[in-house]
Amino acid sequence: MLSARSITKSYAGVRALKGVTLELLPGEVHALIGENGAGKSTLTKIITGAVRADSGILEVHGQPVEENSPAVSQSLGIAAIYQQPSIFPHLTVAENIALALENGTSAWRVNWKERRTRAAELIARLGDSIDPQRQASTLSMAEQQIVEIAKAVGAQAKILLMDEPTALLSDREVDNLFRLVAQLRAEGVAMVYISHRLEEILSIADRITVLRDGESIACREAAGVSRAELIELMVGRSIASVFPKREVPIGEVALEVRSLTNATAGVKDISFTVRKGEIFGLAGLVGSGRTELARTLFGLTPIDTPILIEGQPHTISSPADAIQLGLGYLPEDRRQHGVILEMSVAKNISMANLAEVAPNGLIDIAKEDTLAEGYVRDLRIKTASIDAPTGTLSGGNQQKVALARWLAIHPRVMILDEPTQGVDVGSKSEIHELIMQLAERGLAVVMISSELPEILGMCDRIGVMHQGRLAGILSRAEATQQTIMHLAFGHKEAAA
Amino acid sequence: MIKTHARELAVATTIALLAAVLATTTQGYFSHENLTDLFLANVPVIVIALGMTLIILTGEIDISVGSSFAVCSILMGVCARAGIPDLASGLIAILAGALCGALNGALVAYLRIPSIVVTLATMVALRDGLRWLTQGSWIGGLPAGFQYFGMGQIGYTAITATIVVVLIAAVATSLRWLRAGRAIFATGSNKAAARIVGINTERVVFSVFTLTGALTGLAAMLNAVRFNQIPSNSGLGLEMKVIAAVAVGGAAITGGSGTISGTVLGVALLGMIGPALTFSGVSAYWEKAIQGGIILAAVTANVLGRMRRRNAALAG
Repeated sequence: MLSARSITKSYAGVRALKGVTLELLPGEVHALIGENGAGKSTLTKIITGAVRADSGILEVHGQPVEENSPAVSQSLGIAAIYQQPSIFPHLTVAENIALALENGTSAWRVNWKERRTRAAELIARLGDSIDPQRQASTLSMAEQQIVEIAKAVGAQAKILLMDEPTALLSDREVDNLFRLVAQLRAEGVAMVYISHRLEEILSIADRITVLRDGESIACREAAGVSRAELIELMVGRSIASVFPKREVPIGEVALEVRSLTNATAGVKDISFTVRKGEIFGLAGLVGSGRTELARTLFGLTPIDTPILIEGQPHTISSPADAIQLGLGYLPEDRRQHGVILEMSVAKNISMANLAEVAPNGLIDIAKEDTLAEGYVRDLRIKTASIDAPTGTLSGGNQQKVALARWLAIHPRVMILDEPTQGVDVGSKSEIHELIMQLAERGLAVVMISSELPEILGMCDRIGVMHQGRLAGILSRAEATQQTIMHLAFGHKEAAA
Repeated sequence: MIKTHARELAVATTIALLAAVLATTTQGYFSHENLTDLFLANVPVIVIALGMTLIILTGEIDISVGSSFAVCSILMGVCARAGIPDLASGLIAILAGALCGALNGALVAYLRIPSIVVTLATMVALRDGLRWLTQGSWIGGLPAGFQYFGMGQIGYTAITATIVVVLIAAVATSLRWLRAGRAIFATGSNKAAARIVGINTERVVFSVFTLTGALTGLAAMLNAVRFNQIPSNSGLGLEMKVIAAVAVGGAAITGGSGTISGTVLGVALLGMIGPALTFSGVSAYWEKAIQGGIILAAVTANVLGRMRRRNAALAG
C-alpha cells in the first residue's frame, strides 16, 4: 500500500533519519514507536509531504512518488490526524468538514443543506451523533478527533497517519477511537499509529516498527512481542523494572484537605491526607476534576476554605501564597503552563524562587547560574548551555527544567500534574526516579496521571475522582486497573 | 553575543551610515545647536519610550500617551500660571500622568479589556476632552521664571540630559537585575506560566501602565518649559513616534522580547531622520513616509529573524 525505503533526512547538518524503512499493508494498523527524537514525526511529515526527504524511495500503491507535497499526498489518499486536532474553532462542524473536502472546488454558491447532510452522514458512519451545526469550539477533544477522522473518511483516505491521537483522551474516549480504528481496518484502510502508550499499541496494532535515533531497528508482529521487549528495542538497553518504586518511611501528615468544595472549579466535598514520604496518586477520567483540584490547592482558583499544611490551617489565595507555604505545582501541558520557552534554562529554573538568588533585591546572576548548573547536573538535563532558550530542549528535558524550578523552592508538598505526558521513554523513567527521590527526601507528593500503570507503579495510595468528587481512596494493595476504573466510572459498590 | 544583539547592531550600523552620509553631504547637521535641538525635541519620545518598552514587553500597548502628554502639558501650564512653583507644577503633571496610566492599567489588567481598545478610548476621550476645556486656546502668560525652570538653556539642557541618562540606566538595570524585570518578561512571554510561579500578572500590567503614565507626565514637564506658550494640541502623533521607536529597537509587539538599548537606538534613528531631510533639502513631507518605511523594514526583519530561529529550533 505504502512503502518508504531507506529514507534519510538531515536538518541543518543533524541527521534526523538515517535510512528508515516502513512497509504498510492494506487494512493493517502499523504502530510506529520510539523515544522523542527517534524520527517518528519527521517520517510522518515526509509521508504527508510537509517536508522533503534527502534520499530514499517513497511508493504509494506501487507507484513511486517523485515530488511529494501536501497536495500530492492528499490526492494519493493519505490523511493525517495529529495530537492537537486542526479545527477552525469558530466554524461549525459541518463547515469544518466541508472546508477539508471541498478544498479547491470552484462552486460559487455554498450549498449549506448538502454540507450539513454530508457531515451528518460521515459522523453517523463513524457511529457518533455530533450535531453538524455545533460550533467546533464547543467540541471536546475526543469529539474533535472524531471530526478529524470524519474528514479523512470523507476524503476517502486509504492511508491514515495518526500521531498520538489518544494523548488528550480519557480511557472511554480511547475505547471509542479504537472501535473506529477497527472499523476503518475492516474497510481496508491502512493506518500508521504513533503513540507512547505501549499497552494501547499492543492492543490495537497488527505490526510494530521501532525507530531509534533515526533508524528503523525492528518490525515485529504485535501478537508475539512483549512490552518489555519493545522498551528494550526503543531504548537499546533493557530496563529491569519500569517503575523505580521503593519503600520509604511514611512520616507526619504534610497536607490535609477537609471537605473542600470549589464551585468555580467544579470540585465537591474532597477530603484526603498526604504524609511525608508518601506518593498520593490522583486517578480519574479526563475532566473528572483532578487538575481543577490541583489548581484549587495551589491558589489558581482560590477558595476560602483553609488547607492544613503540617497541621496548620492556611488559606491559599494565590500561587504566591502556595509557594510561600512550600507547595510546588508542576502543571500539565508543559508548553502552555510549564516552562517559558523563550526564556533561558537558568531563568526558568530560578523563576519560582527568585528570592534565593536575589537576597538583597538585586538578582545575583552568578548565583543564579550556579543554581541552574547544579540542577542541570543533578537532573541530567541535556542542554547546550544554561543560557539556551528552554524551547530548544527536547520535551523530556523541558519537563526536567520545569521540575528543577519547583525543587528550587525546597518544597514540602509537590503536586505533579501528568508529569510524564508527552515525554519519551528514557526521560520518563528518569522522571519517575526523581519523583521517588523526592519521596525519599520526605516530601509529600501528589501525582495526577492518566496512565494507570504509572499510577499503580509509583503511588502508595490512590484517590480516584469522578465528576468532581473523590469517589474513593485505594491502598497500594487494593489498587488494580479494574478497581480504579470502577471508581473512575462511578461504580461505588463494585470497588468496595 | 553578536547573535543576541543583532538588532541593536543593525540599528547602530544604520545610524552610523546615516551619520556618515550627513557629515559628508550637509552643512551644519552636526553643529552644536542642531544636535542640542535634536536631543531636546526627542526628550519626550525617549522618556515615554522607556515606559512603552515595558508595556510592549508585557504584550500590551498604550496609544493614549500622546493625549495624556497634552493633558499633562496643559495642566503644568495652568498650575504655573496660578503661581505654583515649577517643581510642584511638574509633580502635579507627573501625578496626573500616573493617574491616566493607572486608569488604563486597571481597565486592561483587572477588567481584561484589550489594551488597544482601552487606550484608543482614553486617547480620544483625553484629547477631545482637553480640546473642549481649552477651546483650542494655548496657555500663555506664563510666569517669568517658567521657561527653562529659570536656569537658562544651558543649565536646563544639562539637567534634562542627566535625567534622561539616569532614567535609561535605571530602567535598563531594573529589567536585568530586579525581580520586577523578570516578572515583566515572564508576563509577556507566557501569562499562564507566569501566574503559576507566583507572579501577580495583573499587578505587573497595572504597574507598567502607571509607570508609563508617570513618565509621560515627566516628559510633559521637561518639554513644557522649553517654550513660553503651551499649545493645546501638544503631543499629537507622539504615541506613534514612541511605538515606532520601540518596534525599530527590536521589541516584539507580541511581548516577552525586547531591550532598552534597542529602544534608545530606535529613538535615535527615527529622531535623526526628520531634520536630516530638511538639511538635505528634501521636503519634510517625506519624513513620515520614510519613517513608515523604516518601521516596516524593522518589523519585517523581526519576523523573518523569528521564523529563521523557529525553523532552526524545529530542525534541531
